[in-house]
Amino acid sequence: MPAVSKGDGMRGLAVFISDIRNCKSKEAEIKRINKELANIRSKFKGDKALDGYSKKKYVCKLLFIFLLGHDIDFGHMEAVNLLSSNKYTEKQIGYLFISVLVNSNSELIRLINNAIKNDLSSRNPTFMCLALHCIANVGSREMAEAFAGEIPRILVAGDTMDSVKQSAALCLLRLYKTSPDLVLMGEWTSRVVHLLNDQHMGVVTAAISLITCLSQKNPDEFKTCVSLAVSRLSRIVSSASTDLQDYTYYFVPAPWLSCKLLRLLQCYPPPEDGAVKGRLVECLETILNKAQEPPKSKKVQHSNAKNAILFEAISLIIHYDSEPNLLVRACNQLGQFLQHRETNLRYLALESMCTLASSEFSHEAVKTHIETVINALKTERDVSVRQRAADLLYAMCDRSNAKQIVAEMLSYLETADYSIREEMVLKVAILAEKYAVDYSWYVDTILNLIRIAGDYVSEEVWYRVIQIVINRDDVQGYAAKTVFEALQAPACHENMVKVGGYILGEFGNLIAGDPRSSPLVQFNLLHSKFHLCSVPTRALLLSAYIKFINLFPETKSTIQEVLRSDSQIRNSDVELQQRAVEYLKLSSIASTDVLATVLEEMPPFPERESSILAKLKKKKGPGAVSVNELEEGKREGGELNGGGERGDNSAIAASNASTPSPSADLLGLRTGPPVTAAAPSAGSLLVDVFSEAGVNDDGFLRDLEPPTESSDSLLAEGPGDSDSAPPSVVSEDPATPLPESNELLNKFVCKNNGVLFENQLLQIGIKSEYRQNLGRMYLFYGNKTSVQFITFTTTVTCPGELQSQLNVQSKPVEPLIEGGAQVQQVINIECLTDFSDAPLLNIKFRYGGALQNLTLKLPVTINKFFQPTEMASHDFFQRWKQLSLPQQEAQKIFKANHAMDTEVLKAKLLGLGMALLENVDPNPENFVCAGVIQTKAQQVGSLLRLEPNAQAQSGEQMYRLTVRSSKDTVSKRLCELLAEQF
Amino acid sequence: MIKAILIFNNHGKPRLSKFYEHYTEDTEQQIIRETFHLVSKRDENICNFLEGGLLIGGSENKLIYRHYATLYFVFCVDSSESELGILDLIQVFVETLDKCFENVCELDLIFHMDKVHNILAEMVMGGMVLETNMSEIITQAEAHNKMEKSEAGIAGAPARAVSAVKNMNLPEMPKNINIGDISIKVPNLPSFK
Repeated sequence: MPAVSKGDGMRGLAVFISDIRNCKSKEAEIKRINKELANIRSKFKGDKALDGYSKKKYVCKLLFIFLLGHDIDFGHMEAVNLLSSNKYTEKQIGYLFISVLVNSNSELIRLINNAIKNDLSSRNPTFMCLALHCIANVGSREMAEAFAGEIPRILVAGDTMDSVKQSAALCLLRLYKTSPDLVLMGEWTSRVVHLLNDQHMGVVTAAISLITCLSQKNPDEFKTCVSLAVSRLSRIVSSASTDLQDYTYYFVPAPWLSCKLLRLLQCYPPPEDGAVKGRLVECLETILNKAQEPPKSKKVQHSNAKNAILFEAISLIIHYDSEPNLLVRACNQLGQFLQHRETNLRYLALESMCTLASSEFSHEAVKTHIETVINALKTERDVSVRQRAADLLYAMCDRSNAKQIVAEMLSYLETADYSIREEMVLKVAILAEKYAVDYSWYVDTILNLIRIAGDYVSEEVWYRVIQIVINRDDVQGYAAKTVFEALQAPACHENMVKVGGYILGEFGNLIAGDPRSSPLVQFNLLHSKFHLCSVPTRALLLSAYIKFINLFPETKSTIQEVLRSDSQIRNSDVELQQRAVEYLKLSSIASTDVLATVLEEMPPFPERESSILAKLKKKKGPGAVSVNELEEGKREGGELNGGGERGDNSAIAASNASTPSPSADLLGLRTGPPVTAAAPSAGSLLVDVFSEAGVNDDGFLRDLEPPTESSDSLLAEGPGDSDSAPPSVVSEDPATPLPESNELLNKFVCKNNGVLFENQLLQIGIKSEYRQNLGRMYLFYGNKTSVQFITFTTTVTCPGELQSQLNVQSKPVEPLIEGGAQVQQVINIECLTDFSDAPLLNIKFRYGGALQNLTLKLPVTINKFFQPTEMASHDFFQRWKQLSLPQQEAQKIFKANHAMDTEVLKAKLLGLGMALLENVDPNPENFVCAGVIQTKAQQVGSLLRLEPNAQAQSGEQMYRLTVRSSKDTVSKRLCELLAEQF
Repeated sequence: MIKAILIFNNHGKPRLSKFYEHYTEDTEQQIIRETFHLVSKRDENICNFLEGGLLIGGSENKLIYRHYATLYFVFCVDSSESELGILDLIQVFVETLDKCFENVCELDLIFHMDKVHNILAEMVMGGMVLETNMSEIITQAEAHNKMEKSEAGIAGAPARAVSAVKNMNLPEMPKNINIGDISIKVPNLPSFK
């Protein structure tokens, strides 16, 4: 007899369902449903008490309506009433309604709990099961509070029926998941674990889910389950296919339970007890052996069940990762499955191999299947399987096969399913970076990635390639050439334009020698893409253009023409218009020096975790456009102005990476702090630097301040931290300069403008110019807080003998600086005779009642008064010989602090103020300079020779610096100053 | 853990939905639609597992499904379940339905939704498997059925209504949609090779 006879349905329900099914349209269906809802509502509200049969019928109708996706907002009360019925039929339908329609937040829970309580104590197993089901389905906290104490008792009581035990176990599991604090296993632990020994396989099946979950949370308390699970598993595995009767499924004894036992064992390390372990290994071997036996049935269910156990056994072997013999067998078995005709098995084999690939015992074994996996990636019909194949390739990738795997993944990308492209792109990008031996391969790979799947290349990927190119000088030229070539394609992806714009803007000069990629050709190429791009890309291109003006002065007029056109300068987009206006102005008013400082090459990014990996961790990647880049400077440079600190970081990073980047130099000295990199905070400084020339202050400021966060966060910090922040900075004794002031001084040896000092309150910017023996320095004091500084005074003093060497006059400064405002001070300097010390600048002011006091060294160094002297080789050596007295020469041999880069060295030596003489030294690697220091008392001629030695002993990069001048103190001082610069 | 069990037909009409985690009604409907969309576009004879839709947790969860004649049986499970084990479970569920309804067809699920829920409740509770032994499940179902009969005692009239409905002209599906010729253990079903 069938369990459900087809004739016992309810007539009203059947008619209603048929009506719905015959509805010709959605509207008709809704109409019919609304009619029925109204009918049921009126029945429920009506005076006449409904009998159980009617209630059941209506509830069934409501369930059907609910299944069709219509909200049911009544009937809950009727369902609750059904729970207290004594009839199974009514009770059951009430519980069904509640389990489907009542969620854990319902207000009815209290009423439902009452009914459940009654049923649990009824001792009627059917009713108990219904009640337990209801708890498991709703699983609310109120229910846990009401029943968490009772259910373990039911579970372990000797007289509980098996079916009730099963329900109680899973019910308890559900409560444990929702409210672990309320389920206290303590006293029940051992009895629960012993359910693994229960006679009734159904009880074991239910209990094992509970025990697995509890073991995951409290492994120590439940560790006795390991030996019990092993012995249970052993009994199942060794039983004949008929022993377990109904639990034998298509000739496989208890497959579900076996899987669950193997899963439970995966919560623990391999058993310590030798006997238990031996028994388990035996089980695993038996399972592996059975896989090779001929099937007992041709039905797919038979092999399915057998393989379910096999895969779990393999998972356990991989989890233990301690039995090389089993691991190899597992790997071989999976290898067989990789070519199995069942798609499911191929899928699972690929998935398992992914975990196997991370085991040191089997990584090599997994790698032997690479061809099969690549083939799967190419030929599988099913995207799920292809995806697993891609995962496995990613997992098995190492240095030995990275090129092959990346190439295969790239070629797969061309036809890959849209759903997995982005993930594939990330994986290719990560592998390319992780296993890149030469960075030109890396650049090629990423550019290919953009070419093939540009739409799926997220910002992080192309940010990363730029970071790497900027940090690795050995790849910059190649990158410039490659992007230049890639941009030749008539239609290239916008991401390619972004990368191209950025890289050419930074390193276009490296390929400008070739007439085929002359500056103008580069510019025209970039500009031909301009109009097809979105606003952010155009903004980036405008930044690239202004960088071009700096790199290639010959493009200036062309680019200014472009910037000046209406489509730029009157662009309806505020950002573009602003950039056009400001860049145009900047290019026309700023001197070459200022331009070179503002538009300097980007400093290396601090070494850090790949931003692509970070993306996987949902972090924000670093900036791309120079403007975003600024944000970085701000993030890094908390206390000092960003530059100094970044220099340190990257110097360390560079030495760690053992491929020091020459541009690290730039940081330490020229770039880091100055106007560009420190911008968000230096924004206000910039305003003044350029204000004389009438740049729109606000505009420039806004442009350089990327998002709003920059100044806000700084301001927000200010007042709160006022007590804690400055102490390190404020020194008690005004005569003692800050410990870092020498360092600050060194930053300005080769440059005249930049940020001298910055803390949470105050920023001091400098702009200075020197002529002959005179100098003028503009100091800009910026209040970074929102609170005014009062009694702001500054004094400049020349300690000791400096008094007779330098004449320094400072004009008084405004005693009050409003929050966010900036004041300017002019200092006039006259060099009387040569000097070694620096004048001190003492600053005092009150901020929120607290007196702030700090002293810095003003970056006035002897070289500022250099007058460059051009001379021919012959003259140089003649003078060199003339200065042959021992005291006239100062020499230092020192290790390079920064990587050696000819261009950078040249720039620094020029910044020093001497003339850099070409074709003088017979060795082209060496640099020689000549200049005359102008003081009021005398002129001091100086000659300099710098000899880089890139391969000195032990691979260290060394310099030898020789300075000769007519005055011994000058030679000495110059040598000291310069030794810190390279 | 099993997150949800969904049955829908080839046109995406839900025939049973059981969620073991709480979602709003709207989300439940969307999950059904999303799942149907994911599963129905797949060819026959490819693998029975795929990553879950976004609404039900994306790649955290897997959809494991079987396609029988007009119906899709889809289990959405997390990583703690064995894929092949769940396939077996689906098979047990369908075979049980087939025994209980004698050659089960889509209409049985429609007109006996409560019974289907009851049978499922004997197998899965709160997302965990309660029982995998088919005869045990059937015994329980029979016991409940008996109880119902003894309580109700009215059976005749509705039976005629059902058979009348079954013989009605239903354009969108074949009238007799047996799961297989010899109950369920048929090797010639599309999802088997």
